[in-house]
Amino acid sequence: MVGIVVVSHSQKIAEGAVELARQMAADAKIAAAGGMADGGIGTDVAKIQAGIEAVQTGDGVVVLVDLGSAVMSSEMAIEMLDDGSNVKIVDAPIVEGTIFGAVEASIGSSLAEVIEVLAGAKSYKKF
Amino acid sequence: MATKAEVLDFIRIYADKMAEHRQELTDLDQAIGDGDHGINMSRGFKAVMEKLPTVEDKSIDEILKSVGMTLVSTVGGASGPLYGTAFMKAGMATKGKEALADEDVIKALDEAVGGIQFRGKAEKGEKTILDSMIPAIDAIKACINEGKTMEAALIEAEKAAWAGVEYTKTIIATKGRASYLGERSIGHQDPGATSMAYAFQALNEVAQKGR
Repeated sequence: MVGIVVVSHSQKIAEGAVELARQMAADAKIAAAGGMADGGIGTDVAKIQAGIEAVQTGDGVVVLVDLGSAVMSSEMAIEMLDDGSNVKIVDAPIVEGTIFGAVEASIGSSLAEVIEVLAGAKSYKKF
Repeated sequence: MATKAEVLDFIRIYADKMAEHRQELTDLDQAIGDGDHGINMSRGFKAVMEKLPTVEDKSIDEILKSVGMTLVSTVGGASGPLYGTAFMKAGMATKGKEALADEDVIKALDEAVGGIQFRGKAEKGEKTILDSMIPAIDAIKACINEGKTMEAALIEAEKAAWAGVEYTKTIIATKGRASYLGERSIGHQDPGATSMAYAFQALNEVAQKGR
């Protein structure tokens, strides 16, 4: 199953997005990698790397980010993996993307399919 | 020639400066960013200082890489991956060196600035770290090419770095959170360029001690 990692400057946002997604896809492999080790605001390369490793089954991982250093820290975390070739950062809204991605991954979709759904999440109309 | 002791001295002096200027950097960031640059840099370098005793017996490249690794996990903001990448790249550039000749110092700085450009996808003139770092490195190269010593070159580098900081007041931010402000960012000094200028101030202080 494709794994999902949620990277936000806020631990609460990351955990909240994961909580929402689990309501829709209880068995999805999702990790929250928000905030710093002490729970403070920021992004932490080691925490992101641990999140990726926790949800990587070999089928690939998508990383959702909020902004700024979340992108750079995620890039670094992927570079530090032994093999980060099937770990992709996607440009999608973090809450909607986590939910859509979790649902798509939990039905057994491939990494490419999950990424395609997440690309659509950016243009998803709420009303 | 820069010795390992001087590299360690630079790290300690820079860490002190980040603690000393914590409020100043945070105030600058409050005006145009998310107001945490001083807090983040001082937190990161406090962690570096805690880790330093465990690596100070290792080689220069391992010490620099360790600083970088510590920063990316403790700074929290964009300066974490940026400064972290800079130290890691400087470490890779000095692999196997027991001491650094002038050309090694220049190579390490070139790799560091290249790492920041790669990571931040920024160029000079976008109101970032690069606006003090690139002029400072250019000044070092110009001085060394003219046959001056590294000690003399670092005096010029610090001057160029602060001139770069002044220049950031005149330009619009197009990278990072300050870019959300657009033209309203004009008139404000860039916090990242400022923290980088302190790095060249620290290098200069180390060099002048050794004279």
